[in-house]
This record gives sequence, C-alpha cells and structure tokens, in this order.
Amino acid sequence: MAKVGLIVNPIAGMGGKVGLKGTDGPEIVRKAREMGAEPWAPGRAVKALQPLKEVRELDIICYPGTMGENEAKEAGLNPRTIGALPSESTSDRHTREAAQKMKELVVELLLFAGGDGTARDIYSAVGEDQTVLGIPAGVKIQSGVFGRTPGHAGRLAKKFLEGEISRTKKGEVMDIDEEAFRDGSVNSKLFGYLTVPDSESHIQGIKTGTSPSENYVQQAIAEEITENMNTETIYLIGPGTTTRPVMEKLGLEYSLLGVDALRDGELLGIDLREEDLLELTEEGPAELVVTPIGGQGHLFGRGNQQISPEVISRINKEGITVVATPGKIASLGGDPMLVDTGDTEVDDALCGYIPVITGYREQIVYRVSS
Amino acid sequence: MNKEPTDDLRNFHQAKWDEPIIYELSTPGERGVEVPSPSEEVEEQVGDGFSEIPNNMRRENPPNLPEISQHRVVRHYTRLSQENLGVDVNVDIGQGTCTMKYSPNINEELVRSPEVAGLHPLQPESTVQGVLEIMYRLDQFLRELSGLDRFTFQTAGGSQAALTMISLIKAYHRSRGEDDQRDEIISTTFSHPSDQAVSNHKGYRVITIPPDDKGYPDPDALKAAVSDRTAGMILANPEDTGLFNPRIKEFTEVVHQAGGLCAYDQANANGILGITRAKEAGFDTCFFNLHKTFSSPHGCGGPGSGALGVTDELASFLPVPLVEKEDDRYSLDYDVEKSIGKVRGFLGVTPVIVRAYAWARSLGGKGIKEMAKTAVLNNNYVMRRIMNEVPGASVPYDTENHRVEQVRYSFEKLAEDTGLSIHDVQRKMFDYAFHIWTSHHPWDRVPEPFTLEPTESYSKAGLDEYVDTLAHIAEQAYENPDVLRNAPQRSVVHRIDESTLDDPEEWAITWRAYKKKQDN
Repeated sequence: MAKVGLIVNPIAGMGGKVGLKGTDGPEIVRKAREMGAEPWAPGRAVKALQPLKEVRELDIICYPGTMGENEAKEAGLNPRTIGALPSESTSDRHTREAAQKMKELVVELLLFAGGDGTARDIYSAVGEDQTVLGIPAGVKIQSGVFGRTPGHAGRLAKKFLEGEISRTKKGEVMDIDEEAFRDGSVNSKLFGYLTVPDSESHIQGIKTGTSPSENYVQQAIAEEITENMNTETIYLIGPGTTTRPVMEKLGLEYSLLGVDALRDGELLGIDLREEDLLELTEEGPAELVVTPIGGQGHLFGRGNQQISPEVISRINKEGITVVATPGKIASLGGDPMLVDTGDTEVDDALCGYIPVITGYREQIVYRVSS
Repeated sequence: MNKEPTDDLRNFHQAKWDEPIIYELSTPGERGVEVPSPSEEVEEQVGDGFSEIPNNMRRENPPNLPEISQHRVVRHYTRLSQENLGVDVNVDIGQGTCTMKYSPNINEELVRSPEVAGLHPLQPESTVQGVLEIMYRLDQFLRELSGLDRFTFQTAGGSQAALTMISLIKAYHRSRGEDDQRDEIISTTFSHPSDQAVSNHKGYRVITIPPDDKGYPDPDALKAAVSDRTAGMILANPEDTGLFNPRIKEFTEVVHQAGGLCAYDQANANGILGITRAKEAGFDTCFFNLHKTFSSPHGCGGPGSGALGVTDELASFLPVPLVEKEDDRYSLDYDVEKSIGKVRGFLGVTPVIVRAYAWARSLGGKGIKEMAKTAVLNNNYVMRRIMNEVPGASVPYDTENHRVEQVRYSFEKLAEDTGLSIHDVQRKMFDYAFHIWTSHHPWDRVPEPFTLEPTESYSKAGLDEYVDTLAHIAEQAYENPDVLRNAPQRSVVHRIDESTLDDPEEWAITWRAYKKKQDN
C-alpha cells in the first residue's frame, strides 16, 4: 500500500495571472478574482497526478472539495477524504491543518500544489520530518522543494512511492515578503528546509561508482573547509544545508537560517545582523563561506541579505569561499550562479569565474553572473 | 500476445539455465582430475612430491574451492556464457567509451601459444629475449604514434596509468622543490572520472573545468583555475562527448606557463590514432589503452595494459625496470636516476602487449590511420541517423562539427514527452539482444544519456540493425509506452532493485562475502 497525502492550494498562482505578484491574504485573492483570475493550481495538480494512476494499491488522502478531492477524482484516482472544508474560501490555516493531519496519518509522501507561500505553510506544519514534494503552481518559485514541472513532480512522486527512489534531501523553503514585492522591492527570506525525494542519487553512474548521498558530500565539504581554516581569520558562515555541517563539525552552536561567525574554533556569534558582520570585519581578517540556493543559483541577494554589499566589499572576492554539492551544481542546469546584492559595482566585481568547493579536495570553476 | 518484434528486427530470446552458483554445485570429494600417486620406483628416486615442501609453506586447511567434476564445470560455464551478451555475439556499440571492437582471433592463438603462455616473469633476461624485443619494438611504435620519447608497459590499465602520470608529475615537482606549493590538478567535466579520482588519491585538490555552451572545455575557466599552485592538468581529448577540443594547444600552454605539467588520458584514442599526437598538442605524458584500442578485450573482460609515455624530461622518473637494447641484446635497466619505483610487479601484462604488437604490425602506420578514419566515419553515420530518425533523441552541444569516435546522446526529450527514461529504453534493447549503457558521468550535464561508440569493426548492416532497433523502440515509447514500461519481455531477469548498489553492506563480490553478509 502506497500512502500519499495531497494538498492543493486552490488559489495559488492566481495573483500572477493578473499581474499581482503572489496571492497572499484574502484581500488579494478577492482582487485577483475581480480581475478575472481563474484558479490555476487545480489543473497543475491534475497533471501531476497522472503518473500516480500506475501506482498499485495507492491510498491517496485528501481534504474535501477544492483542496485535493476534486483534483484527485478528475485525475481518475479514488481519494479518501479527511477533515472538513470551510464553507467559503480556503486559507493558509487549512493548508497547515491538512498537512498536520496527514503527517499524523503517517503518509509516505505529502504532495502539495502551490507556490512558495504554500511550501512555507507546509513547513510550519510538518517541519523537516515528513517527506514532501511540491507541484509547482505558484507565481514565482524560489524554494527548492518543487518538481521542475507538474509532470516531473508526478513522475518523481511515483518513483518514490514505488520504492525506486528511497533517498531524501533537504530543500530550501524560500519566500518573499509579498507586500514589499508588490511595492517593487525584492526581499526574500530563507524560512527553513523541507525533506524531499532525492532524484539525483538515483540516477548516477555505476561504472564510475555511485554518487554518494548529499549528506556525505556535505560532510566532505565541511572537512575541506575546516581543514584549511587558520587561527587568525574570522569565518562568517552563511545560511544553507551545505554550510551547516561546518559548524556541526566544529561542535559549535549555529543558526538554521542566519550567518554565524567563528575564529580559531570559537563561536563569535550566531544569526548576525549586517551591523554585527561589519563590526567583525573590523576586528581582523575575515572570510565568508556561502552556498548558492539550489535550482535558481542565487549566491547573494536572496535569503542572505545581511551579507550586504558593504560586507562583501570589505571581505573581497578572494575571501569568499563558495561551496555546493554536485547535486546542487546539477540543479543549476549549466546556468551561472547569480549575484544581486543591490550594488552594481559589487555585483560586477563578483562576476566571472570562481572556484566552488564540491567535495573534499574537489572544486569546479563556475561562472557567476548578475 | 505481444506482437513484437516487427518483421525487420531480430526475434531474440535470452537463454535461462537457472544455474546455481558454482559453490552450490560442490559435492565433497567430487574431483575434476584424480592425480595418481607416484609409483614406488619414482617415489624412491624423487620422493612423494609433497614431503619436500617446507612446513611454513603448507596450508593448514585446504582452500575453500568448489569440488566438482570436469564435465559439470564445462556445462556450468557454457550455460552461463549462453545467458550472456558480448562482443562475440552482438553488435556491441552501446557500451560507449569502452571501444568494444573486434580483437582478431589470430592474436588470441598467438598469446596462447607455449612461446608466450609458458613464459615466467622471473626467467633470466637471456631466456626472454623475444618478449623483450616485442616490448622494445612496441615502445618504438608508440613513440611514433604519440610523438613522445619513451614508454613503459608496467601499468595494467587506464586508471593505473593515469595514477602513474600523476605520480610522475608529483615526482617532477618534488625534484624541483615545488611539491609542497603545487597542490592542485586541473581536469575537465567530460574527462574520465578516474582522472580526477587518481589526482585526489595522490593528495591533490582537483579543479574541474566545465564545458562551455558548445560542449568544449572553457578556456576562460582554465585561466581562472591556474595559479602557482597548479601542479598539472590531466584530461581526455576527445572527451566523453566525442568532441575534440581544437584549442588543446592553448590549454597546455596556459598550464605550462603556470609551471604545471600536462597529462593526456588517451583511453579515447581510437578515432585519432595516426591523425593527431600528444607531442604536437603540448603534452608531457600520455597513455594508451592497449586493451580495447590495440586488440585485447576491454578491461572488464580481462587484464589490460595502459602503455604510458613521457617526454625525455620525465623519462628519468619512469618506473623500473625499462627495456634497453645494446647491439642485438635486450636487457632490463633498474638504474633509472629518479625513478618513482615500481607501480606493479614485473614488466607488464605480456599477452596484451603481444596482441598489441601483432595488431600494430598487421596494420602498419597507414592501416592504423585508415582504422581511425573508418571509426570516425561509422560514428558520424550513426550520429546522423540517430539525429534524423530516432524520435526523442538528441545530440547535446555542437552538432556543426563531426564527432570523433563516439557521441553522448540524450533521451531528455523522449523522457519529457513520454515519462519514460533511458532505463526503460535500455530494458527494451535487451529484448533485441542489444546493450545500451546508461550510466555516464556526469549525469547532470547530459540528462537521460547514452553513448554509442561504433568503432571500425562493424559493417554498415550491423550499425543499421542497431539504429533501426533503437528507432523502433523510441517510436514505441510514443505510440505504445506500456511496452517499454513493462520491458523487458524477452529477457529472463525482469527488473532489479538498484537502490542498494551504493551500500557496501549489501554487496557480495565473492562467495565468502555473500555467506558472511547473508548470515548477518
């Protein structure tokens, strides 16, 4: 029996269709509807569910009506419904409630159709323990927890449910402050990590030795970083699952989503603000360890705004160490890593080729662009 | 009833003997050959043949070998061979990068003759003049093919030769007092992964140069990678894509200017032998795989030989011994000034060396060049047919120029259109007695990859049969995907669980390991 939960955020993506950049809050939903926006996520969900028709003994659990039941039925599946839908429109509360209940029912995989906001709701409900997978249906997607397309998400889900893929990895949950975004400024934040099926490890070569898991590579990268640390330099460790093991290896406390600092194995501070970072760069030579966001490749300017142009200028390009697992490099599909610090001069200085640490004593030279 | 195959395609079905592991066939006391005891007369003269063996050389317990009669052994292995696919029964162009070409059977007879098979590596030089002469002459031949100045045959395969090239680079820098400073080796994404692995193994940090949009290693990335920490560069050309980097000379110059040395992985040399050389491209060391390229079964089918060449500047670092000629006598020189020592016992894998020599002599310089040109022609014929006739298949990167000896193709479009993967295509190919290899490093650059290397060995009819079959399967993926989804239908093992392949706890390479892990 393959037990899967399905949550559809029926209003996801509607704002984008009418140029509203996101659909957070009932006011915007109303406005979007007024402007003629049609629900978008249901169709995406139905498409993603197609491959699941081939899964034997599928037990698909949904919330009623527009939150999944309709889509599952339209896809030709026979869903089991739980919970009760509110009389009128659904909200983020229902997403969270549904996710929690499905986790309690011990689903193998929680599929959800929506955007970054939906991913955030799912994350706040189930944390890192539940394997989930996003069907992309948002206006703008920055989180690394979605399939590339609805069809891709569906095929990946099928492979996971049939046991063809059993590994998981952590994907970033990114979201922007939509209010600020509508006003024209981009301010995205890293909210945490969801556990998603790891398709990369499944497909690696046999002749060449199979690809080690993300976790193993992250440990190898941490080894490379810590082995080359000197006692005088202040190391600023940026957010990310790839940088986190550096702090773990040194036995230091760390923040999940912030910038932490250390020198000579001693913790200097966690979750530091821009002011703290600037202050530290005055105390002595400082270096920075950062990782790009999977899938879209932002090195600076998304999820780590505390590393401001001023901080970057003080450290210099030479003091920046970029780390990324081969899986993360692969997720960029050959596209360059991106910098968008808000300061063109700083961005330009960062552009060109940089070495990226991809393992223990392993680097790739990679292109950075603004 | 499944209506396949179509009239034009081969109606194959794999054999299945349900044959146990040979250890499971063992019966205590059963023997292949009963060796008679010596007669009294013989025993009086020379002893029983066993008592003379010193105690410290005797086993306390007999080895754990299967006990089984000759006839049962013959049946066992013949049955297994019938279940197998391989270069002697099919068109084996699907195992790209492995150069699965025909190894002339006459060379096989040669190396099994008593003159070769009866040699012992500890024989005195004076009694092995013939094989030393073959090594000496093959060295001369490879010098001509590479432009380099000296070869050794001690390394028994491509990866060992790659490791030895990196060892030579390390020894070179050590001799100049720069070894501590130069701790980085540069390679490229589409070079064989062993090139990077052996560099790591020698303690180097490996810096990989990714391809540009057309698939060629990016010279700007190289310039960003070199520094006074560069010990050297190791790469293949053509790379695994089959693309030949036309700016290779520029690459070696950039590395030389930084003080590094350049090592050439020529495992992919089948399409360039007699056409381009390591020397003119600026390399300091290179290796050829005498197996696969020069008449010997590909590595996994037997021992290989990674003949390793160097310039005069590196010759004094080569492993010992080297074969020298003085007047008409051949001798072994152990007195090599800065030698890195030995990388393997004795001189090399003699049968592979002898086959390579026989092959090179039978073709001659012109013949080898013709061989390479034929391999390239076959490859580009297959590439054009696949581009035009196989739905969902594509050729990533530059398609304006010819590819050399092989092409890395992608079924990404087929996967997106149908939800099937290259693995499904592979399973269906087995139903027509064909292999199509799917595991290519690095998967991320070319999704749903397969690599075909037609070589010079197969006829147009053979190549057409392969491509026709592939085209038929790709058409089925679009028209009747269930056939692929449930493939194979005419093989005897359906689908295997690959998820534990990278879990050492689940491996059992030997019977002993199997028993041990089974008990746990």
